[in-house]
Amino acid sequence: MLAPLPALAVDAVVHTSNIFDPVSAPADSVFRIAMLVLAITGAIFVIVGGLLAYSIIRYRRRRDDDGSEPAQVYGSDQIELAWTVIPTLIVLALGLVTARTIYDVQGAVAPQGATRVTVIGHQWWWEIRYPALGIVTANELHVPASNEAGATPTFLDLESADVVHSFWVPQLAGKTDVIPNRRNQMWIAPREPGLYLGQCAEFCGTQHAHMLLRVRVHPRDEYDAWVAAQQQSAVVDPSVAAGRRVFESTACINCHTVRGTVATGRFGPDLTHLMSRDTLAAGAALMSGESLRAWINDPDHVKPGALMPAMKLDDAVLDQLVAYLQSLR
Amino acid sequence: MTLLDPTLEVPRSDADGRSVPSVLHEWVVSVDHKRLGLMYIASGLLFFLVAGLEATAMRIQLVMPDNDFVTPQVFNRLMTLHGTTMVFFVGMPIVLGFANYLVPLMIGARDMAYPRLNAFSFWMSLFGGILLYSSLLGAEGLFGGSAAPDVGWFAYAPLTERAFSRGNSTDYWNLAILLSGIGSVGTAINLVATTICLRCPGMTLSKMPLYVWINFVVACMILVAISPLTAAQLMLLLDRFLGAHFFDTQAGGSAILWQHFFWIFGHPEVYVLMLPGFAIASEIIPVFSRKVIFGYPIMVAATVSIGFIGFSVWAHHMFAVGMTPAGNSFFAISTMLVAIPTGIKIFNWLATMWGGKIRFATPMLFCIGFLFQFLCAGLTGIMLAVAPFDWQLTDSYFVVAHFHYVLIGGLLFTIFAAIYYWFPKATGRMLDETLGRWHFWLLVIGFNMTFLPQHFAGFAGMPRRIYTYDPNRGFEIWNQISSVGVIFQAAAIACFLVNVIRSLFRGAPAGDDPWDAWTLEWSTTSPPPAYNFETLPAVQSRRPLWDLKHPDDPDWRFE
Amino acid sequence: MSGAARAVVTASEWKLPDRGHVAILALIVAETAMFAIFVAAYLYYVGKSLNGPTPRDVLTLPIAASILLWSSSVTIHLAVRALQAAEIARFKLWWFATIALGALFLVATAREWYGLIYHEGLTIRTNLFGTTFYSLVGLHASHVVIGLAMLTTVGVLALRGRLNATHARRAEVLSLYWHFVDSVWVVVFFVVYVVGR
Ligand code: HEA
Ligand code: HEA
Ligand code: HEC
Ligand code: CUA
Ligand SMILES: [Cu+2]
Repeated sequence: MLAPLPALAVDAVVHTSNIFDPVSAPADSVFRIAMLVLAITGAIFVIVGGLLAYSIIRYRRRRDDDGSEPAQVYGSDQIELAWTVIPTLIVLALGLVTARTIYDVQGAVAPQGATRVTVIGHQWWWEIRYPALGIVTANELHVPASNEAGATPTFLDLESADVVHSFWVPQLAGKTDVIPNRRNQMWIAPREPGLYLGQCAEFCGTQHAHMLLRVRVHPRDEYDAWVAAQQQSAVVDPSVAAGRRVFESTACINCHTVRGTVATGRFGPDLTHLMSRDTLAAGAALMSGESLRAWINDPDHVKPGALMPAMKLDDAVLDQLVAYLQSLR
Repeated sequence: MTLLDPTLEVPRSDADGRSVPSVLHEWVVSVDHKRLGLMYIASGLLFFLVAGLEATAMRIQLVMPDNDFVTPQVFNRLMTLHGTTMVFFVGMPIVLGFANYLVPLMIGARDMAYPRLNAFSFWMSLFGGILLYSSLLGAEGLFGGSAAPDVGWFAYAPLTERAFSRGNSTDYWNLAILLSGIGSVGTAINLVATTICLRCPGMTLSKMPLYVWINFVVACMILVAISPLTAAQLMLLLDRFLGAHFFDTQAGGSAILWQHFFWIFGHPEVYVLMLPGFAIASEIIPVFSRKVIFGYPIMVAATVSIGFIGFSVWAHHMFAVGMTPAGNSFFAISTMLVAIPTGIKIFNWLATMWGGKIRFATPMLFCIGFLFQFLCAGLTGIMLAVAPFDWQLTDSYFVVAHFHYVLIGGLLFTIFAAIYYWFPKATGRMLDETLGRWHFWLLVIGFNMTFLPQHFAGFAGMPRRIYTYDPNRGFEIWNQISSVGVIFQAAAIACFLVNVIRSLFRGAPAGDDPWDAWTLEWSTTSPPPAYNFETLPAVQSRRPLWDLKHPDDPDWRFE
Repeated sequence: MSGAARAVVTASEWKLPDRGHVAILALIVAETAMFAIFVAAYLYYVGKSLNGPTPRDVLTLPIAASILLWSSSVTIHLAVRALQAAEIARFKLWWFATIALGALFLVATAREWYGLIYHEGLTIRTNLFGTTFYSLVGLHASHVVIGLAMLTTVGVLALRGRLNATHARRAEVLSLYWHFVDSVWVVVFFVVYVVGR
């Protein structure tokens, strides 16, 4: 059995990801219509449930029953008409509100200056590309916050490299599926800087549970700084040259890219700024030297079923490799 | 008087005192609709225990974050087996089993229109179930996680393509359901022919018991609903074995096409499961309220319109795939329309109880539980139908809660009601009322405890089909309550099993008509003879036995 | 039943439809739904193949084969009429004509496929066109095969002299299935050879 690695536990701070705590435009719209629907269905439940309870209690057979049959009532056109018409009206009203919200959310067009990101679902991690900025990263999406000065929404193009996934960060927006052979779109415009959690919401195989998403919403200047840092090529640190040699002479480079080196693989996450991420392998562990070591030693142990093979490196080589990876800030 | 099929089975003497193999042989070769009905139901209940144990294992795994009771691979297999079994090898066989048993009796016929086709259909679906579970012996066998399918009960492409699903696990899923689908279509054809062609004299369409009407609509739906799934599964078979590209996205195939095909089947399928539950309630509620069903014609009309609308709503399972706003709006509104006929049904049951003298025998208790729980379930369905709300709720535990409320709170509760109600007819013995009450209350508590919290887990952002979750998301509390509820459910099921087994041998004798009911099955002996009726009955109204018991106030004066 | 203000319907007045007809209609409804899905898939994938050959390159209108199949609907109709009139010899003539026409249709399909596979290099794995073409046409052909098997069974019984006018109803039920198979070919013909090209 797989003993859990205590040191790799994800941070203990509880982050809400409740759909009733929205911080971004599409989630706000959903929130509003959800409240309306809850009110309507709640009222229906109370009325119909109340009537059921009343009739069950009121018309129970009494102890002193004489055994005669009650009056047989075969139907009543007026009453039946009433309970056909009233639900019809409710449904019509609800249908119109629903359609309006659908058009509102899906009809939004990207304004000038919107951030554009392409998110590509893989088994079981997210590739995140900013085509206009030349940035490629994984699993953690960074976007600017909208402020009083105006909305600076982010528009996402969703693609899949393999099977169907679904992009879901509850506080920002509803789900949009990530489907191979197809490009879906969605958008977010978070109001408040912070960290928002989400995860893949369409079953996509063994590690569907560990295909987590983090969205960091930054104030504008912080976001710009992040962009500038990400646009740099990988740090070259002579003190980890041994590790770099290991990396570049192992199969790693077939699957991973480190910008500015011979590593140009695209099967796995881009590692250029690996250490700028909080978590490893789409939330399977917190990023640290220790967890990196455990991961490379045997990915299957950290995230059973993960599509990265164990490289069977001996301890010394592993240390060098981890030291190198840790230099990729 | 025998104007119908003269090929009657020779009445056998009682089973007592004969050897087990000969009794077994008699059941296996039987073409009697009652025996086949009972075998359908029994096989469904067996599979229910198996799938329930799978659910229990999943709930143990989810009781705390980062648990490792089962590996991810095993969890995904449990999840797939559980869902597939519950829908295809529990729900369908039990529902069809009751129809098999009751429809000929209720319309005063001696058997189904095609007894041999009937036997063939039953054995096909049973072999389907056995094939599904034989996957456990494949690959590394039971303890290596086996070759059981792991793609979820709707098996979305392209996860099912060779590229992502090696080995044969997906093929077990595919072929098992293909087989059982052929069986279901066979039974549906049979039910249609039986209902149309074998009604006893006087039983015009407008005098059929509601149970028969609803199951007739269900049979028609099965004809049109299952074949699309069969077609899609044939395509998947071609993809996997001959290298075709229907759902092969790498060769330009479409992942969404499968989703459409599956849900064109899948949504009508859920009404195929629920309508027979409505049918059961429509028989039991009147009898225990001592009143005629309120608004029979509109009940029939509502059933038929659910049948029709049910075929135009399938893409409400796909609100997140990126349909156009027009498409989303269409499917949202058409889905909501179902609330109207379904509401009519609820209100008519309410009106049936209104002014009655309600007897709280176990069958009625289960129907009352059904009414409240189905109301909840239907209303959460409406929330899901609001497409923008669904963008948040889809594929979350809220959906899991919704469909367990319909499938357990609605369907399973009515099935238990039916078992308590018709067990005396099928066996000649009553089930025990005390144990029945324990069964009912434990199940009410356990079921709501398990599935009510899942709504909140969904709100909190918990996706379905995850084998574990992080401790930092606020999911634990809901999962813990949910898992504890299973203990109560298991206790309830245990009461039920004890009750059935005890009553089979020691239950109080039932007599022909223990509930003072009104439909034809109660006019023959319990259990009915192989030929059902001594002389074929002739009817004048929807409640022939009421007419008989109240000659001064017969129904046909008012219909 | 007592108090009969209304007469009880007696068994002799009570007429219900024939179960063979009802059952075969139900089967036809189910089969139609299945074909509908294959047709939908065919239409959805028209023009979406990533590589050739395309329908325009390789398909020719199977006019002769279609006429063979469709005329078998006429012959089977005549056969059933003959059986109803208890004219067994005429029945056998039309019945075997039907079988021959159906078999010839299959031969034509086989030759078409042979050409496509060996000369045009189109198999079920080649592209989406191959995938949908062979499955839709193949599904139909498999229905023809099943139909032929049933027709032949009846034919053999007829040759052995085991058939008489009382079997007319059953033969008619079988003919309904055969008409269905023929009408599916109308749809397949238009979808595959007209619209899809
Ligand atoms: C027995 C089976 C059954 C039944 C009867 C229903 C009934 C309904 N279902 Fe449910 N459903 C499932 C089984 C069932 N469902 C299953 C198994 C799934 C998930 C499949 C999967 O993904 O694995 C699912 C999923 C599902 C979804 C997709 C969720 C998602 O994955 O995103 C939706 C969305 O619209 C939905 C809606 C509805 C609606 C509107 C009804 C309606 O029929 C309900 C109508 C009833 C009422 C509304 C209550 C009574 C009415 C009144 C009292 C009148 C007044 C009311 C109003 C005017 C509103 N269901
Ligand atoms: C009729 C349908 C039906 C029924 C009755 C049930 C019953 C139950 N289901 Fe089911 N469920 C589905 C249909 C059903 N389910 C479907 C369609 C899915 C979707 C699958 C998918 O996503 O693909 C699903 C998914 C599903 C999930 C979500 C999995 C996931 O998304 O990861 C969960 C989790 O809690 C769950 C739990 C349960 C539980 C606890 C019960 C309980 O009610 C079970 C109660 C039964 C028992 C506890 C057994 C009693 C046994 C004994 C008393 C022992 C005696 C034994 C012997 C004598 C041998 N189900
Ligand atoms: C067969 C392809 C393959 C090879 C070879 C490979 N990897 Fe990976 N790697 C992956 C995949 C796929 C993932 C994503 C796994 C996941 O999250 O499920 C990954 C993830 C990682 C991650 C985590 C990235 C992140 O952002 O969380 C690191 C670090 C890593 N690999 C390092 C290495 C090193 C070092 C080597 C060589 C010793 C290597 N990989 C070899 C495919 C590969
Ligand atoms: Cu990706 Cu689930
Ligand atoms: Cu549905």
